[in-house]
Amino acid sequence: MRILFKTNYKQDLNLAKHGGHRFWYGLLILILFSAPLILDGYYIGEATRVLIYAMAGLGLMVVTGFTGQVSLGHAAFLAIGAYTNAWFLAQGFSSFVALPMAALLSMIGGLLVAIPAARMSGIYLAIATLAFSIIVEDFAGHLNSITGGNRGMMVDVPMLFGYQIWESWELYLFVLCILIIATLAVLNILRSPLGRAMIAVRDSEVSSQALGVNPMKIKVFAFTVSAAITGLAGAFLAHYMMFLTPQIFGILLSIQLLLMIVLGGLGTVHGVFFGAVLIGVMETGISIGKDALPFSIGGLPGIEPLIFGVILISVIAFEPTGIYGRWVKIRSYMEFFPVYRRKSFKRQRSYLKTERLR
Amino acid sequence: MSFLEIENLSISFGGVKAVDDVSFAVEEGSVYAIIGPNGAGKSTIFNLLSRFYEPLSGQLNFAGNDLLELGAKDIARLGIARTFQNLELFEHASVLQNLLVGRHVHNTQSWWRQLLFTGSVVEAELEHRRKVEEVIDFLELAHYRNQIISGLPYGVRKKIELARALCIEPKLLLLDEPSSGLNPEETEEMGFWIEDIRRDLNMTVVLIEHDMSLVAEVSDRVLAIVNGKVAAEGDHAFVQSHPDVVSAYLGDAQ
Ligand SMILES: Nc1ncnc2c1ncn2[C@@H]1O[C@H](COP(=O)(O)OP(=O)(O)OP(=O)(O)O)[C@@H](O)[C@H]1O
Ligand SMILES: [Mg+2]
Repeated sequence: MRILFKTNYKQDLNLAKHGGHRFWYGLLILILFSAPLILDGYYIGEATRVLIYAMAGLGLMVVTGFTGQVSLGHAAFLAIGAYTNAWFLAQGFSSFVALPMAALLSMIGGLLVAIPAARMSGIYLAIATLAFSIIVEDFAGHLNSITGGNRGMMVDVPMLFGYQIWESWELYLFVLCILIIATLAVLNILRSPLGRAMIAVRDSEVSSQALGVNPMKIKVFAFTVSAAITGLAGAFLAHYMMFLTPQIFGILLSIQLLLMIVLGGLGTVHGVFFGAVLIGVMETGISIGKDALPFSIGGLPGIEPLIFGVILISVIAFEPTGIYGRWVKIRSYMEFFPVYRRKSFKRQRSYLKTERLR
Repeated sequence: MSFLEIENLSISFGGVKAVDDVSFAVEEGSVYAIIGPNGAGKSTIFNLLSRFYEPLSGQLNFAGNDLLELGAKDIARLGIARTFQNLELFEHASVLQNLLVGRHVHNTQSWWRQLLFTGSVVEAELEHRRKVEEVIDFLELAHYRNQIISGLPYGVRKKIELARALCIEPKLLLLDEPSSGLNPEETEEMGFWIEDIRRDLNMTVVLIEHDMSLVAEVSDRVLAIVNGKVAAEGDHAFVQSHPDVVSAYLGDAQ
């Protein structure tokens, strides 16, 4: 059990709250950076995919987990980022141009959705974002000159300082760096007035207004930041895939992202990473497991969504706070070992809340 | 002109006049109580002041500002803070985060500075924290500082909502039934705090309240609302013994 003695308020503003945090996160980052020394190409590729998922999930978490706006269309931002990146690289620009353009165009897409979407919530918002992603997918299918239409489009490798990134471990490190920067940006927002306003809008739009928060502005901001991060993830997804077709960016991808952050733990940055690892491991596991099973079972169409669905339902039924919630419980069990009480995480009775303001 | 002036305010919901031609004025530095039976339209007056509802007719004036020209999000910036009858806290955030949202109107940092968490943001955050800690000390909430709202008892939540409103450093504080759900000791404590808020923090207070001893203890003037209309206005002894008010409460009890 750790007792923290705080001597000034500044300590609460630090990202790492104590030496233990610094040590473990430092170690984690060290391990992540040295992974290419240990793992072979195949697993580095798998790890890259997990990092890209994490980046996309981070984007979705900003708008859904922290601001409470469910988006069923985040695949659209991945698509915008992916195609923009690929197009600029194809024109001979370096990644220094292509990546920011991917983020910027995706951001503009986010703004386009957000301005009408900020007036909606719940199911209407979900449908509006879904519609947006269908439009984007459709566009990608028809803009032959830019996206190659349904025939698809080859993606050039990333280019930095005139150096082309061919190796999978190089791409892995590139994604890792950008992911760390994006995560730090999100953590900064969360410890600032904007992040608190996002959480306020999520938990009670009415009282956030009474405190001077403009929910529209906050939602538009959240959508824009979210789209930028997801767009960057899309750009890297393009490199990972090396070949883009519009079908990649269908509704299933959006649902998978949503599933990921719910499984990981909605409303936490940790949840993004837990979710990404889980989905990554599950995908790899399912594809390995499928080969191991007799074809009559493993070859069944729809077996993957089935397994995903079962896992999602069980998590929501048994651990609504996601993997991260479960981890917090295990950690406090260890910290308080002999005196841990199960009741400490029992959900308390919630007080009456009505839609009306009286 | 008074500090807060409400003139001929009316609103109806589906043909039912919830507030019907209500006028009253609140002087700066006073404590003003609104009483009335359930469903009289008291909370609706607050929701009109917060600009959550559009009135059918009437004028709302606060310190020389026409509230009807503003939206719900602009009211706090004028220096009007409020609590809600059914509590509207940010359930999945800590007490500290809830109170810091109360500092939102005092934020001057641009979004990109917040994204980079620059030195000026750090300075501003420390200043907000100091202000919030003053309120935490004032309402004796130190014990709960880092706890998540959703696990806290009702009486504490009530105090946190009051604390969050105080963090705005408002000039006018609207309290919707501050004592409901509190036990007698907590209610007495609430009475002391309301007096302190007026005396030490120089805030004007308007409160909706059912507990008549609390009303008698803290308020300078009392307004009784019955069926959306003003039944009586004056000091609490006058209002409480007014025949229309008495019959409304007796009628309510039958
Ligand atoms: N948003 C709304 N839609 C429809 N009717 C409403 C709405 N808000 C209030 N009312 C109605 O207006 C009337 C006054 O409600 P209000 O909440 O102001 O009562 P109150 O005086 O605060 O009562 P209480 O003491 O129970 O809190 C009630 O009949 C209520 O049903
Ligand atoms: Mg009421």
